[in-house]
Parts: sequence; C-alpha cells; structure tokens
Amino acid sequence: MTTDTVTPAGTGTPVLHASGVTMRFGGLTAVRNVELTVNSGEIVGLIGPNGAGKTTFFNCLTGLYIPTEGTVSYKGKVLPHRSHLVTQAGIARTFQNIRLFANMTVLENVLVGRHTRTKEGLWSALLRGPGFKKAERESEARAMELLEFTGLAAKRDHLARNLPYGEQRKLEIARALASEPGLLLLDEPTAGMNPQETRATEELVFAIRDQGIAVLVIEHDMRFIFNLCDRVACLVQGEKLVEGTAEVVQGDERVVAAYLGTPFEDAPGAEEVAEVEAAEAHATDRAPGPDSTTGATGTTSTTGPEGDPK
Amino acid sequence: MTTNQTHTIAPVLPVPATAARLTALVGALATLGSTFLAWTWTAEFPGDLTVTGYPGGLQVLTLTGALLTALFALAGHGVRGLGWLVPGGKNSPVRLLALGTFTTTWYAVLAITVELGGLVNLEPGGWIAAVASLVTLVGALGLPADVPAENPGPASGWQRFTHAFKAPAPGKAAPLPSWAEILIIAAAFGIGLFIFTYGIDTEYAELFIGFLLLIGFGAPAVARAGLNRRLGALTATHKNVTVTAAFVAAFAFPFTQSNDAYATIGANILIFATVALGLNVVVGLAGLLDLGYVAFLGVGAYTAALFSGSPSSTIGIQLPFWAAVLAGAAASLIFGVVIGAPTLRLHGDYLAIVTLGFGEIFRIAMQNMDGASGPDITNGPNGIPNIPDLELFGFNFGEPHNVLGVELGRFSNYYLLMLFFTIIVVTVFRRSDQSRIGRAWVAIREDETAARAMGINAFRLKLLAFALGATLAGMAGTVQAHVTFTVTPAQYKFVEAVPPNSAFLLAAVILGGMGTVSGPLIGAALLYLIPAKLQFMSDYQLLLFGIALILLMRFRPEGLIADRRKQLEFHETGQLDAPKGDIGLSKAGV
Ligand SMILES: Nc1ncnc2c1ncn2[C@@H]1O[C@H](COP(=O)(O)OP(=O)(O)OP(=O)(O)O)[C@@H](O)[C@H]1O
Ligand SMILES: [Mg+2]
Repeated sequence: MTTDTVTPAGTGTPVLHASGVTMRFGGLTAVRNVELTVNSGEIVGLIGPNGAGKTTFFNCLTGLYIPTEGTVSYKGKVLPHRSHLVTQAGIARTFQNIRLFANMTVLENVLVGRHTRTKEGLWSALLRGPGFKKAERESEARAMELLEFTGLAAKRDHLARNLPYGEQRKLEIARALASEPGLLLLDEPTAGMNPQETRATEELVFAIRDQGIAVLVIEHDMRFIFNLCDRVACLVQGEKLVEGTAEVVQGDERVVAAYLGTPFEDAPGAEEVAEVEAAEAHATDRAPGPDSTTGATGTTSTTGPEGDPK
Repeated sequence: MTTNQTHTIAPVLPVPATAARLTALVGALATLGSTFLAWTWTAEFPGDLTVTGYPGGLQVLTLTGALLTALFALAGHGVRGLGWLVPGGKNSPVRLLALGTFTTTWYAVLAITVELGGLVNLEPGGWIAAVASLVTLVGALGLPADVPAENPGPASGWQRFTHAFKAPAPGKAAPLPSWAEILIIAAAFGIGLFIFTYGIDTEYAELFIGFLLLIGFGAPAVARAGLNRRLGALTATHKNVTVTAAFVAAFAFPFTQSNDAYATIGANILIFATVALGLNVVVGLAGLLDLGYVAFLGVGAYTAALFSGSPSSTIGIQLPFWAAVLAGAAASLIFGVVIGAPTLRLHGDYLAIVTLGFGEIFRIAMQNMDGASGPDITNGPNGIPNIPDLELFGFNFGEPHNVLGVELGRFSNYYLLMLFFTIIVVTVFRRSDQSRIGRAWVAIREDETAARAMGINAFRLKLLAFALGATLAGMAGTVQAHVTFTVTPAQYKFVEAVPPNSAFLLAAVILGGMGTVSGPLIGAALLYLIPAKLQFMSDYQLLLFGIALILLMRFRPEGLIADRRKQLEFHETGQLDAPKGDIGLSKAGV
C-alpha cells in the first residue's frame, strides 16, 4: 500500500526478483507482499526494526521457508522451495546467528561450501581414481584462495568453534562464497563486531561486489548500510515501507518513526534520538560475543526463524 | 601450560618427593619379588600360585605391573636412556601403574581368600605382595603433580587426587630415521597383538578380571606418559605402514592360537567389529541414530543362508559364495533404502524410535514366515540350520588346514575370511570419510539447516549413508551365516546378552569412539570379550553394561578412542587460540 518502488539505479540486469512474497505463521504475517529486485553489481541493504521480518524474508528467498504467497526468481528462473537447489542455482547466504560446522576445521567448512560445485560421488571417493584426486586438489586450492581472500588462511586447521567471533563471521562468508554464488545474502554480518572489524567487513563486501557478486545485506548498523549500499529497502512489520538510495531512506520520516517510535507532541525527539544513539554506540562497542549480539540486536524470537520449516 | 603464574599443588600424600620416589621404587621391586614366592598353598585356586621361583597366573600380571611401575618411576626420575618413556607426564603414569598393580594384586589376594575360604589360605608371599603393592601406591601418591594447579589456594583432598592424574601433552619428538619409526610402529602393533591374544586366551575369569584391571590402569598410564601421542604422530607420518602393520597383526592372530575355541572368539569379535564399523558410517559420520541396525546383518545372513544350499533352505538354489555376498549386500541395500526413505525425514530421537521399530519388525517377520502365519520362507523361529561350510578355490573352510606349520581350524579360516571383509569395510569407511561425501555427512551431523543452505541435499546424503551402512552390514551377514551354521530370528534382537545386537553395536561405536576406525574395533572387542569371559556374571550382564555406559559417558564422553573433533568438543582444548569459556557457537534458534 505504502510501498514506494524506485527504479533501480544500477544498469545491471536483475539477478534476484522477489514478487509478492508473503509469509504467514498462523495468524502472524511476518512478511507481507514484498517486492524486491537486486541487480547485478549491486549492493542492496535491507533494514528494519527488530522483528520486522527481514530474516524471515531471507529464509523465503533461500528456500528454508516456503512463502505462503509469491515467487522468487533468480536470473529469470523461478526458484524451487528447496534450500540446496537455491544454493545450486547461485544464491548463497550467511546466518544471523552464526551457523558454522563447529567441529569441522576452517578448511573443511569452506570445502563443504564447494559441495554444489563439485560432483565426485561415493564411487569416486571409494575408487580414488585420478579424477577424484584432481577434484580434491582443485577444491582445496579454491578453498585456500577464499581463505586468503578473507584473511583466514593461517587458521585453516583450527576448529571453527575455536575462532574468535569476528573470524567466525568471516568464515561464514568464505563458506558461502565457496558455492560460487551470483548473489550473496548476508544477515547482519557485523553483529557483535568492533568498529575496526566492521570497517574490514565493509571492505570485504566491496571486494565481493567487485568480483561480480551481487549482495543483499541485512544490518542494523546504519553507518555500515549507508556507506555500503547502492540501494536500501526498509521493512517494517513485514511490509516494505520505502526503497531508494541511502539519502532517500535516511531522510524518510516514516523510517525514522519506525525505528524510534512516533514522537509525542510535547516531547520532541532530539534528546531521545541522542540518547538512543549513545546507547546504540555503547552496545556496538561492547566486547564481541554471542551475548552482546543478542543484546545489540534485541532478538525477540528464540524459536528460530531459521529453524526447520515443517 | 601457557599460564604465566603457576600455582603449585600439594601431592595427595604430603611426603618429600625423593622419599616418595624411593618408597615407590622399593615397593615396586618388593612386589616384583613377591611374585616369585608362593601366594597360596593349594593348586585349587586357578593358575597355580603355589610354586616358589616361578610366577604363574595372576602373579604374572602383578609382575608386569610392578615392572612397569619401577621402569616409569626410574624414567620419571630422569634416569638416562629411559627418557623416551615419559615425554608427557612424569609422575602420573607411575601413580596409575601403581594403582593398577595394587588393584590387580589385591584382587588376586582377595579372590584367594574368598574362594578358598579365609585368610589362612594365604602364604607369606601373598601377604608380602599385598603389603608391597600398597607401599608402592603410597609412594606413588606422594610424588608431586605433573601440572600446576589451575587455581591458587589450598585444594581439597579429592581435588588433589584428581589433579594427580593430569599430565601435560608431550612436546614435539626429535626426528628419527624413518626405518626406526617404522620399527617402532611395528613393535607397537606387535605389543597390541600380544595384549589382545593374551586377553582372548585367558583361561579363567579371575585371570581375565586381573587382565582388565591392569589394562584399565595401564592404558591411561601410557597415555599420560605421552606415548600415545608420540605413536599417533608416527602413524600419521607413516599412514600406509600403519595400515599394513595393523592388518599384518590382525592376520597373525590365528597363527598364535593353538586352540580353535579361542579362534571362535576372534572370528566373532571380527564380525561384531566389522558391523560396528559399518554402523559408524551411519552414526559416527552422518549422525543418524539407528537402533535397528542389526536387522541389516540379519538380511545379509538370511540371504546367504537361503542361497547356501542348506537342506533346510526353502530356496533350492545354491549360489557361489561371491554371488551370495553380492545378493546379501544387495538385499540389505534395498531393505536399507526401503526403511530409510520414509524414516529419514525424522530427526534425532524420533528416528531412533522408528529404526528400533523397523529392526523388530524385521525379526518378527522372519519369525512369522514359517508357512503357518505367513509364507513359508524362513522356517520361523527354527531358522535355517545346517548351513554348509564354504569352499573357495578348493579350500574348505570347515576343515583344518596346515599353513606354515600351524594348524588353522575352522574358526581360524573364517576369521581370515572375515578379515578380508573387515579390510573392505575399513577402506570404505576411511575413503568415504575423507571425501566430499564424508564432509557432507559430517556437515549434516553438525548442523543440518546450514548444510542444506550450503547446497547439500541432506535427505539424499542421509539415505546414502543409511544405505551404505546397510550394505556393509549385509555383506558381513553373509559370512556370519556360515560361521554360525544356523540363522535364526533370535540372533537379531534389539538387545540381548550376546553381541552383536543393535544395542551392543551402538554401544561399541559410542564406547569405542564415534567417527574413528579403531574405536568401534576396540569397543567391539571389549564388549564381546567381557561377557564371553565372565560367564558367571551373565545374570547381571545388562546391569553392568548399563552402569559401564553411564560411567563412560560421565568421564569420557568421546569414547575410548577420541576423534580429533570430538576430543575438542568435549574437553577444554589445548589449542592456543581457544578462547576460555564458551564463546562457541549457539545452535539454538535464530
Ligand atoms: N518460525 C516462525 N514461527 C513463528 N513466528 C516466526 C517464525 N519465524 C519468525 N517469526 C516471527 O516473525 C517475525 C519476524 O521475525 P524475523 O526474525 O524475520 O525478524 P527480523 O527482522 O529478522 O528481526 P531482527 O532484526 O531481530 O533479526 C517475528 O515476530 C518473529 O517472531
Ligand atoms: Mg533477523
């Protein structure tokens, strides 16, 4: 209803097109009739207050949830509602709460990401012909390239669970990149990071874009979003409120209202805004850790929207 | 290890270190000497402990324990030429060995007292052994701890006691010429084979219990000394040598057996262990809890029995053995897919319950296909008896053969045949583990949603693991049918006193160590040997089995042989970058 559709600034061809995506959980409509297009070579931001349905929307895009209504297409082809087929098609993602393979090594994690781009089956593994060895070598070389790219090469043999928080997030990105995606979905990639790490992640996202991979990123850190994104969409209570360039979204009073609540007549927001900002800065400066993530993002649901869709 | 301030912790008994070491050493030597004396006056106690000047039965175990204690005590003191024995902990191995010698000796002395009815049956030698082993233990408990305390301040007695058994990891070994390294690996497998055959050949329960006690303390002592890690490093550099040595040792086993009765145990252990390793693909790699696995063994065995040419078989066809193996494996594979396809959509406990149900359905179906309540295929509860012995290339497995001057009986023959299949299963396990498929299985085990988001078709891969596990078990079943002569439904229960059954198979995997090759093999050997040797306890067997599992899960949840990953999962890691506390990953929710 209140959706402002802006023609994409980028000249690229559409990579992702979500049309009319609606997701209902019983009586709760977590995502309502959302349209979104991501073009090649673009970094698109998705913002919105806690519980707005951003992660749910991601889950609909990646086949973890079957949307109640609407379709998602990748490079013109409608995607099936099967997570692994979506990845196969070329969409890779990371998770808001890191979901690495905790007891596998860093290298193994990235190698798992290569799964769709290799095809050595059980027979090949059992017979160990030259083809198998070659494929393993190539996979490892590619994985090492990605670890170099994300700066984790020195830690290849560490268990994923033993990495510091920021590096776990990077490893998740490396693992996603290993599937050679055309579109990368990042769900709060800087949650729980300190400012330096956030800067580094910014650089990383630009570098990923420069490799020709389109990026759709959810983030609560506005500075990060506005530095990075060519286009930003704001989701509020499951609906897309605004979409446009950073300036457009930043200046839209509905967005401000959605984030800070409608100001009372007698209590103008300026002081409150300052207060909230201070609190936010404080939260992001806190030592990284899973607790501070949940603290900073104020996650409401513990049932896990990324849990198994039934 | 890497902490800056070290806190000293008092030994369990407050004795000066030198005095403690001297006491331990003298005690060990006295214990050693006592084994040359008579411990009792009558040969009624098994093993004949009445001879002076020649240790027998349980005395040999005490002798071994005392000798090792003395050796490690000297090595821990820094005696030249023995340093290689203790690259890790210096005193904790001595403590464990002293404890092992003590329990073994006291067990022997108490067994004499109880079985013969009173302390009067002890000769002075027995008293000396008891006292000397106690003195050794006192001395060993007085030795200083190997690692500094984690927290400052005084520790309680119990804390000091548990702390006394901690040991640091050994440093990097000085490089040896590779022939020496290979020789060490060979020697290690030789010792392993010797210990294994000794355990199998124990003739009476007392000796086996003494053996278990000594091994129970000796094995961790060797681990505390750091020898396991050293050996692990060597085997990692010489993988092929290790695999060869392992199979040479396994191959040599029947040649060490003069009595076919013990070869029976060997053959049965091997069947059990092979099936357990197959289950390890399903449970250890893919993380699917399968409580009905023994049914696949049954499918293979029934297939082989039906095609074996047994007069009781309802199918009159006799297939050559290779064809029977293929048929058994194929039947199992089909059964696996048929069961797996609907059930693998379930997770965790639900899957366990459903597989348990299917396992029982298989057994009851076999029981009912007797012509009365179903089609006449399996002869119902009577099963298929009189399965003829195999004959391959003119080699009849039922008859004794003279190979290299050693007479190999029926069970030795089957042991060697089974070993061939074990090699296949080990190869399949290792190769699939270290491949794209194996990584996908582990990924599914770790986090199925993330695995699917990485492009893994979780259902298909789980079905593959399930089917592969079924095929391997079916293959083993075809040999089992011939070894046991008879195939009956009762052999394939969920739980029973005699392995293999689903519960014991799973226990072998978990007890031995999930996701490893050697774990299930060792777990299966223990789970088979203990009930076979301690028949007097058969009434309490399941109770003891349960207690043992609970204790193991409490103190060593990763199993006897730790998978590298599991080791790090359950215990604080030694990795330098490992953050203290749990900055791990939460798998719950969002
Ligand atoms: N599986 C589910 N079952 C029921 N309700 C769900 C489920 N997943 C998400 N929700 C609900 O949908 C709404 C949107 O949740 P979602 O996690 O998508 O928000 P979000 O925008 O990602 O928030 P945050 O910024 O906190 O991550 C919430 O009210 C949440 O409780
Ligand atoms: Mg979210």
